Amino acid sequence: MTAEWETVIGLEIHAQLATRSKIFSGAATAYGAPPNAQASLVDLGFPGVLPVLNREAVRMAVCFGLAIGARIARQSVFARKNYFYPDLPKGYQISQYELPIVAQGALDVVLDDGSTKRVGITRAHLEEDAGKSLHEGLGALTGVDLNRAGTPLIEIVSEPDMRSAKEAVAYMKKVHTLVRYLEICDGNMQEGSFRCDANVSVRPKGAEKLGTRAEIKNINSFRFVEKAIQYEVARQIELIESGGKVVQETRLYDPDKGETRAMRTKEEANDYRYFPDPDLLPLALDEAFIEEVRKGLPELPDEKAVRFASQYGLSAYDAGVLTASRELADYYEEVARAVPREPKLAANWVMGELAAALNKENLDAGSEKMPAARLAGLLMRIADQTISGKIAKEVFEAMWAGGESADAIIESKGLKQITDAGAIERAIEEVMAKSPGQLADYRAGKDKLFGFFVGQVMKATQGKANPAQLNELLKKKLPG
Amino acid sequence: MYDFALFFSFAFSPMALTRAQIESIAHLARLELEPAEIPVYQESLSRIIDLVGELDRADTAGVAPMAHPLAGLTQRLRADAVTEQDHHELYQASAPQVAAGLYLVPKVIE
Amino acid sequence: MSELLHKNGLTQLAAGLRTKQFSSVELVRAYLQRIEASQSVLNAFISVTAEQALGAAAAADRDIAAGRGGALAGVPIAHKDLFCTAGVRTTCGSRMLANFVSPYDATVVAKLKSAGAITLGKLNMDEFAMGSSNETSYYGPVRNPWNIDFVPGGSSGGSAAAVAARLIPGATATDTGGSIRQPAALCGITGIKPTYGRVSRYGMVAFASSLDQGGVLATSAEDAALMLREMAGFDPNDSTSVDTPVPDYVASLDAPLAGVKIGLIKEFVDEGLDRENERRIREALAVLERAGASLREVSLPHLPSSVPVYYVVAPAECSSNLARYDGVRFGHRCQEPRDLQDLYRRSRGEGFGAEVKRRIMTGTYVLSAGYYDAYYLKAQRVRQLISADFKRAFGEVDVLVGPTSPTAAFRIGAKTADPITMYLNDIYTIGANLAGLPALSIPCGFVGGLPVGLQIVGAHFAEARILNVAHRYQLETDWHRKLPERFA
Repeated sequence: MTAEWETVIGLEIHAQLATRSKIFSGAATAYGAPPNAQASLVDLGFPGVLPVLNREAVRMAVCFGLAIGARIARQSVFARKNYFYPDLPKGYQISQYELPIVAQGALDVVLDDGSTKRVGITRAHLEEDAGKSLHEGLGALTGVDLNRAGTPLIEIVSEPDMRSAKEAVAYMKKVHTLVRYLEICDGNMQEGSFRCDANVSVRPKGAEKLGTRAEIKNINSFRFVEKAIQYEVARQIELIESGGKVVQETRLYDPDKGETRAMRTKEEANDYRYFPDPDLLPLALDEAFIEEVRKGLPELPDEKAVRFASQYGLSAYDAGVLTASRELADYYEEVARAVPREPKLAANWVMGELAAALNKENLDAGSEKMPAARLAGLLMRIADQTISGKIAKEVFEAMWAGGESADAIIESKGLKQITDAGAIERAIEEVMAKSPGQLADYRAGKDKLFGFFVGQVMKATQGKANPAQLNELLKKKLPG
Repeated sequence: MYDFALFFSFAFSPMALTRAQIESIAHLARLELEPAEIPVYQESLSRIIDLVGELDRADTAGVAPMAHPLAGLTQRLRADAVTEQDHHELYQASAPQVAAGLYLVPKVIE
Repeated sequence: MSELLHKNGLTQLAAGLRTKQFSSVELVRAYLQRIEASQSVLNAFISVTAEQALGAAAAADRDIAAGRGGALAGVPIAHKDLFCTAGVRTTCGSRMLANFVSPYDATVVAKLKSAGAITLGKLNMDEFAMGSSNETSYYGPVRNPWNIDFVPGGSSGGSAAAVAARLIPGATATDTGGSIRQPAALCGITGIKPTYGRVSRYGMVAFASSLDQGGVLATSAEDAALMLREMAGFDPNDSTSVDTPVPDYVASLDAPLAGVKIGLIKEFVDEGLDRENERRIREALAVLERAGASLREVSLPHLPSSVPVYYVVAPAECSSNLARYDGVRFGHRCQEPRDLQDLYRRSRGEGFGAEVKRRIMTGTYVLSAGYYDAYYLKAQRVRQLISADFKRAFGEVDVLVGPTSPTAAFRIGAKTADPITMYLNDIYTIGANLAGLPALSIPCGFVGGLPVGLQIVGAHFAEARILNVAHRYQLETDWHRKLPERFA
């Protein structure tokens, strides 16, 4: 990017709420049902049907509002957004327009350089999701599946506070973490439960006035958000620098080509003709309802990170990583509690070996593959010096593969660490006897050979010699 | 204010709406109009707009819009329970074109 | 005997069935015959469900014999063709829904069914309830039983004509701007639109959601009270349904009128009101005064704005409510659409009639960018003023009265060329819809051989009161007993 341009980004994140039934009907919201099997008469917009609001969707929206320190509207209003599209059965989407349920919140986002940025959240409103159009394999036709129609969403609209694609991704990840903490959204981006539209514009550095923005629709991965914004920013700058003008339009990101292109269907001026939905009354929330939701809020990621840092003596970075998901944080705490004197060791293992193993198999910390108690069993053996850290990795691998406990593996493989000084001394002496040349060189001043002896003794003891003890004894014995 | 009698004798200023406006409204509402229908709607919609334009005369300063006839009533909330079963075959009995459970429309190009 | 059964009202018929003076099968047969004989003249029905009706009547007879059965056990009725009926076509008077068979019953349909009523068919109406003369129906105009060259009023013209000609003792209907009361007046029968939220809208095809309300057309206040009692009540499927118990409207019909304060709406006695019609209204008021009520004149200064308010709010809501008819999931679809836009535009262009298109376009316009504040919001503010006028008036009087319609029925075709003239038919009825108030019309005499109606408007949920006033009036008069000669 050229130095004289500033990027301005605002995100509209759509998070499907994890209710059992739809926002205005009793149809199931489960993903993956056969086409239209979960589309009720209300979802299909049949003549004469009427919407009735799902309490749980309201609770979840309030939950989100409280978590971002926003204002919860004591009275909010559902409005109709009118437009024709095959995936929109009624010809309007029930949404909130002038009076959303949540307004004026913010989230603090930690950037790569460790600095914190506050991103304003203008509003978060309740609305119904649309269905899906399927274009493959139907020739000149499009198939419409309305299972998704009526799934509750909150649309989280940020201020145009982000200045780079990376900031936008960091913010989006933060929202993703939050909604999953709150258990109001499963966050599954492949299934479209969490997706976003990005409003992107550029302006000359220092300019007050915002440039004309393009809206990139329906981006469903963090990576694509970054790439789409980067592409779009470059496109806009190039366009302006070559004498062109950015037009306000809706664009689609094509992940295969790595570019954005203008959408063909929504090119005409959108005139959504919003007006209050006469089928729904104003949504009034009293203090008691809001208090009840507040009481049910879990510890939020930022609060948890601060507590982890102080309670377990972790760095801010480690605390941040460990609280990035509620499952991971809960996992860590269980391990840390089981090995109370080694919170740092627990953090290293959870963020290191465990995270790597989970990642490899695309699992998350909630997986049954390595329950926290089992990992704690391994760490206890490190803590009480039964095994070394190095052996522990071997034990971990065996545990991961076979699902046995650390103790069982240490026992069956005879991996118990040798802490008997006499036994280690005997091993050292054998190695010294076998390697007179190296010994002579060492004694002649080749200090580097110390490592050679460590390795040889370890090899002789199948890695079981207590490393600290081995070091100490070698230092004593080698000089002769 | 004024009384009902005014409406019976009201002289309408003709053509508050242009032909192009009618065409654009018809498109926004997705209504195909025959060419001969356009002037008819232009005339009648213009008169309706004139009629409703009478509202300008009402002093509504400080008056809140009334979206609903029963003031003070608020939205009832439903328990989050799945109460609907799969009836897609019955529901699709009235559909003009379906295949494999999908409603079919001419290809949508995004 | 069965050829005289139709002289009875719904209440008497229900009683006759319970006391086994005649069977439901007999009764249903008698009415089916009348329907069949009149159809080519009146065109009141869109569908007649003779076979199902006879089956249901036989079942009702068994229920009655076993001492079971609800308040309307075995009583024949019919539904305006915008109440969804499972397995029976619901057309809404439109080509758009010519082949639409609802997979479910409207709440009103289900309630009447469980009260034991037998549905004989679906009644003609203005397309999507948009009209005041029943001339916008795709299934042809309905004719007024008092003079078949005249309109029956609308939009519930089929319901009103059927009841007036005694093709059915009672019918469901809906009222968005006068669609129950105006045809009741023009056909010389009794029609009540209850308080908004009193009768469930679930399964009632929407025209304008904040104004639509289901109600009854019958031959007397007594019959309307009975049928309304069975139709009304809370429905969890309708967010705008009100959760308060339904009083027994029948039980309170006889209460004396002594001390009841009646207010004549000053703004309704205007230049547009036919002088003969005005005389009938004043005669009716004299009857009520003689019955013990006190009468005064009340002014509702914003009420004259109800027509312009209505022609913003109703089309706005209709433009959105009718967007679902897109040729995709149900309803008319054009032949061989070129592309998606062509599918939408032609399916809707062909499926809807001229008046429906006019209102959709009006609504689309008033909601569109740049006009929303000037029209829609402004109209909703004036609506608030009208509503406040009513509230103030009900601080002074118990019920408000006035004419139902400016004139008696007009000739078929007389007003079709000019929509505005047609809209002004609802000039006295719209106010109650805007404010959500219960209102009814009862016959109060004739002008030029055609019936005219007296309108009685009550405060929210005061159905029992307006029915009581209407019933006391009908105890003193016999206008409601008059039958068109041809259908006597």
